[in-house]
Amino acid sequence: MLLREVGYARPGSLAEALELLRADDGARALAGGQTLINVMKARAGSPDALIDLNGLEELKGIELGSDGTLELGAMTTYTEIIESSEARARPILGEVCAQIADVQVRNRGTIGGNVCTSDPTNHLPPLLAALGATFVIQGADGERAVPADEFFLGVYLTAVGLGELLTKIRIPAGRGDGFAAVTLGVDGTCIVSAAASANGDLRVALGCVDAVPVVVTPASGDEDVVRAAVRERSFEPPSDVHASAEYRRHLAEVLAARAAKQAFERRS
Amino acid sequence: MEAGTVSSERTISVTVNGTTYEREVQARKLLIHFLRDDLDLTGSHIGCDTGNCGACSVIVDGTLVKSCMMLAVQADGATIETVEGLADGDELTKLQQAFSANHALQCGYCTPGMLMSATALLRANPSPSDEEIKRALQGNICRCTGYWNIFEAVKAAAE
Repeated sequence: MLLREVGYARPGSLAEALELLRADDGARALAGGQTLINVMKARAGSPDALIDLNGLEELKGIELGSDGTLELGAMTTYTEIIESSEARARPILGEVCAQIADVQVRNRGTIGGNVCTSDPTNHLPPLLAALGATFVIQGADGERAVPADEFFLGVYLTAVGLGELLTKIRIPAGRGDGFAAVTLGVDGTCIVSAAASANGDLRVALGCVDAVPVVVTPASGDEDVVRAAVRERSFEPPSDVHASAEYRRHLAEVLAARAAKQAFERRS
Repeated sequence: MEAGTVSSERTISVTVNGTTYEREVQARKLLIHFLRDDLDLTGSHIGCDTGNCGACSVIVDGTLVKSCMMLAVQADGATIETVEGLADGDELTKLQQAFSANHALQCGYCTPGMLMSATALLRANPSPSDEEIKRALQGNICRCTGYWNIFEAVKAAAE
């Protein structure tokens, strides 16, 4: 498919990238391109210019702090996360990244692109919501850190504003995590997903039941308690060709219980 | 044209299968179209054009990618391997011979992508498990073979 005519720039620094984005409201950041380029083919989006973030080393890499906090550059690919020894400090991260699409997509797709797309069927928004991640956003007025609960604002909408970039994602220490999803084929996009973290109080984040991940905090990891906590939220998920709203509500309960069980099993 | 300025066209230099090409390309041109239309390297195929089928898979700077989800301008300075670069003249690679011996293709449309995915796998992991072979080919769709003979071919080439 021939794309609509588009401008392109490959900035050499983060500051230059931000300047280019601020200079044109129609400019958009190009991360791994595994969503955006297809969106442009379908004419669902037509940026005036693409500011290519590939090649910005400042946005890459994984660091493990002395307190166990992981700091991931927004342009770190799924493959880099899967292969990183530092990222194994929070094993669920690499495990879930290995379930995204296929080798080719994992080689180019990035953690920042995944969350900034804020597609309800993506794996990482509910996972990072459950893990209590913090999102570092850089704009004209400097840097701000946004908690997961305030980062996802709607379908395809996040706290990253025009002229801003997500630069880093911080994930606190912990190993008691779980993830469960029903997907379109093995490693496909999610019909419903659930991520759980039992490091301290249990947090379960559900994907595909609302526009953004929904966090529930069951009083315990007991299956009946988790299912009741999900049921009480009376989700109104969409019905589509893959699942009815009723079936999605059922899956939300089942998957939340599975993810919570796995989280408790792994809590050291 | 400076790298940091916005332009809808730029001159890129890429090395494909050992030959370096310098071409002016539009920013909107996908890498697969550049390979096929500008360089006349029609071995890599366009199947779904939505990033699902893997027929356009090529290796860019050692990394397996789907060339319908990358712009040609993004490949500036890169070293690219396509299916045309596998054989040495008429001498097929062990993997290509295994595809032939195991009847791993019928219509052949997916084969260039399958070969590049399997090549990338065997380079990184010369003795993959059955599970690793299947997962490595997950991004490549074949509508003829039911996959089994492709799996057998990769397995044969690995042994």
